[in-house]
Amino acid sequence: MRKYALASLILRRVFGAVPVLLIVSLITFGMMRLIPGDPSSIIGGMSATPAQLAQIRNDLGLDEPFAVQLARWYGGLLRGNLGRSILMGQDVMSVTLQRLPVTIALSAYALVITLVLGLASGILAALRHNTWIDQFAMMVAMLGISIPNFFLGLLMIIFFAVQLGWLPTGGYIGFTDDPVGWLRTSTMPAISLALLQVGLLARITRSTMLEVLRQDYIRTARAKGLPERLVVMKHALSNALIPITTVVGIIVSLLISGSVVTETLFSIPGMGQLLTQAVLNRDYPMVQGGLFLVTAFLVLINIVVDVCYSLLDPRVRYE
Amino acid sequence: MNSAASELETDDEGDIPLMREHPAWATLKRLFHHRLFLSGLGLFGIVLLAAALAPWIAPVDPTKLAMRFKFRPPGADFAFGTDNFGRSLWSRVIWGAQLSVIIGFSVVALNAVFGTLIGALAGYFRALDNGLMRVNDAMMAFPAILLAIGITAVLGPSTLNAILALAIVYIPRTARIVRSSVIVLREMEYVQAAVAAGAGHWRILRRHILPNAMAPLIVQLSFLFAYAVLSEATLSFLGLGAVPPTPTWGNIMAEGRQYMIEAPWIITIPGIALMITVMGLNLLGDGLRDVLDPRLRIQQ
Amino acid sequence: MSLLELRGLTTAFQTGRGEISAIEDVSFDLDEGEILGIVGESGSGKSVTALTIMGLLPQPPARIAAGSVRFAGEELTTASPGRMEKIRGAGISMVFQEPMTSLNPVFTIGEQIMETVRAHDRMSARAQRDRAIEMLDRVGIPSATERLNDYPHQLSGGQRQRVMIAMSLACRPKLLIADEPTTALDVTIQAQVLDLLMDLRDELGMAIIVITHNMGVIAEVADRVLVMYAGRIVEQSPAANLFDAPQHPYTKGLLACVPTLEQDRHRLIAIPGALPEPTRRPPGCCFAPRCTYCIEACHAAVPPLIVQRDDRAVACIRADELVAS
Repeated sequence: MRKYALASLILRRVFGAVPVLLIVSLITFGMMRLIPGDPSSIIGGMSATPAQLAQIRNDLGLDEPFAVQLARWYGGLLRGNLGRSILMGQDVMSVTLQRLPVTIALSAYALVITLVLGLASGILAALRHNTWIDQFAMMVAMLGISIPNFFLGLLMIIFFAVQLGWLPTGGYIGFTDDPVGWLRTSTMPAISLALLQVGLLARITRSTMLEVLRQDYIRTARAKGLPERLVVMKHALSNALIPITTVVGIIVSLLISGSVVTETLFSIPGMGQLLTQAVLNRDYPMVQGGLFLVTAFLVLINIVVDVCYSLLDPRVRYE
Repeated sequence: MNSAASELETDDEGDIPLMREHPAWATLKRLFHHRLFLSGLGLFGIVLLAAALAPWIAPVDPTKLAMRFKFRPPGADFAFGTDNFGRSLWSRVIWGAQLSVIIGFSVVALNAVFGTLIGALAGYFRALDNGLMRVNDAMMAFPAILLAIGITAVLGPSTLNAILALAIVYIPRTARIVRSSVIVLREMEYVQAAVAAGAGHWRILRRHILPNAMAPLIVQLSFLFAYAVLSEATLSFLGLGAVPPTPTWGNIMAEGRQYMIEAPWIITIPGIALMITVMGLNLLGDGLRDVLDPRLRIQQ
Repeated sequence: MSLLELRGLTTAFQTGRGEISAIEDVSFDLDEGEILGIVGESGSGKSVTALTIMGLLPQPPARIAAGSVRFAGEELTTASPGRMEKIRGAGISMVFQEPMTSLNPVFTIGEQIMETVRAHDRMSARAQRDRAIEMLDRVGIPSATERLNDYPHQLSGGQRQRVMIAMSLACRPKLLIADEPTTALDVTIQAQVLDLLMDLRDELGMAIIVITHNMGVIAEVADRVLVMYAGRIVEQSPAANLFDAPQHPYTKGLLACVPTLEQDRHRLIAIPGALPEPTRRPPGCCFAPRCTYCIEACHAAVPPLIVQRDDRAVACIRADELVAS
């Protein structure tokens, strides 16, 4: 694909994402303004004095007209200032920058597991369609999408950490500090996070492969005398990966979602745990800013997925 | 090897009679012969039945404390054992089932109404499509649980708010699916014919387009029920759903977490109940998809 | 020895209702450089015959219940999958009906032709490319060198069919099977593709089997014709003789169905009735229920394919007397 076409594709996607981000930021902003009652008293607590409440209101800019507040929010966004976390005592942006990489690392680990297991089992099930391998794989996949990830996490903790003592029950060691330690603390969370996605990916890979293997061009490939391995790995897979790429985008979103519970369960200091704590503790600026940042990140991921999709499918490129 | 033709019976003179059974009946018959559908119906049916019969099969108040019975393992006196407050886990799980079913059903109902409305409007009226889909895409950009958490943060934890939050999170996805169907159906020739004959928009939508858009919607709603039950459990596990002491499977497991070594049944039994429910719904969805939507069907 | 020899080929399928035979007792010879037309209605078994020769039917649910297929002296029905892969594309090639969907949308047409060459011959990349350009030229695609980097969706239906033909000839097969090669194409393009096939036969000395339900195509290209009905061959004949004097009642019916300009009719002629379900074939001659000449004896047993003079064969017990009358 010519360089110019790729660059223009990326630019188009980025520009397309801007209105989405505008609305996302509007929604996150609006959500906080929709809180019933006076946020300042909820934030300040029962024992806050009127002076403290007034201070809170002033800090958060709650006494200003809606339009002004909105303008402040957008202005802040552009400058990277998303407010100040009440709970953490730092600004939202820096807290996020500390926590988000942890979540990303965990999700990346889970994504690798998902891709390897999900694709492999889906392809195998499709190639051995209607045999016991197929049915077994699909049963496991069905189990995967039906187990709540926190239940799986709990079971794994009971079994692997408490009973067998192989892995720690929780906590986190950064990758840069100690790679092996990171692996030890991240493996159970990653697996419990990944299981649902493995099931999902396996099912979709299988059905996509079956669909592709029924196509006329597969018959042509066989009629040309290509070895079966080439027919499947080159001709079938290259076409099947196209819709599967779209699913991967959804899976990344689900992984970030799922990390909320997993981080809480395994005491991992990521964005998911942060946001949950923020909600439970009424740290509204953190919720507002954090939610926006995570979503913006996902919009970025989806642009990458989109670009990959275009690279894979020549019909889309020449639009 | 035309299997459709071979199902037609000829009478004595070799003619094929004109009367055939109503297509809806045929579909229902196929459904009830489908293994996945039946297993799903079985699993979910158990849960549904338990939920419906809760007042009779679990007469003990699930919130009633009885400290002398605490931490009894499952056995003769207490079918599922008791928790740290001596409450009967059997009662709690059964009433939790009722709550899960109600919540799932409500989320699905809201999706059916509003998702169809938005999707149909966007798909049919081109002028509305762009605007609606922009907002829709923005809503879908949020990771599902995070958005639900955010909404619960705004509204406060409660069963009703969990329903609203989940409905808001999933309606955009349902709308997308309805919209895709409507866009395709809008171009169908029989719709164009109706337009040419002067039929009004609502009539066309009601009579020609929406009935044919039902199949993928029903499949989606079935999986949606499963997601709703799972998501609600996650929310209440995090403390954001129904407020204790009201039992939901999620908060039973949250409370039981501290005692997972001494009394593992507290987290295990609701977990299994969740699995059975979600698996049943997923199997139902698979079965429905195989039967209702031939495009998505894989040759057996 | 002929290039291709089929003897008593019977292919059966495992279905929900038991095993049914899609083709029964199919036998014919094909010499080098000969164009054989196989004609019949949809469901008559023409494609199944071709797919059986190529070994492209998945077994199960298909099964070669009986008979043999010898290509250049080698038995194909018992050949290993690896051996069949070598024969397909290099010994026998096949072109299918739907050019719009028969090419892989994510690879360039150049790559799709070159990989055929790569699978069968040892050639440098340069040589592969040259062969691809040569084939595209041969089939009449202009600017072949630029076209190599095109994707299938950038070509029209007629062009895609030509690319299919180019791909199938890239390794110089001795036999080309064309299953309804022109059915999905416009009439003007049809003529071009048929001319192309005949030119290629003249240049390369290749044998071709053309499968079609269109008598006009048969009249254009075929040297010899096989008429199939309900999985069996009912008539075999050199093309000219077939059109002059069809012998089997089914063939007569087929020819009568073709509307002509001289006809003074208000309704089209059709053969009454329909092809029987494979599970419900009548005990005797399959065509008997629809045949205007059928007699009691026709229902008793399946009429054998009897060879007559002029290299013709018919499966009808009344053939001789019908000719005489």
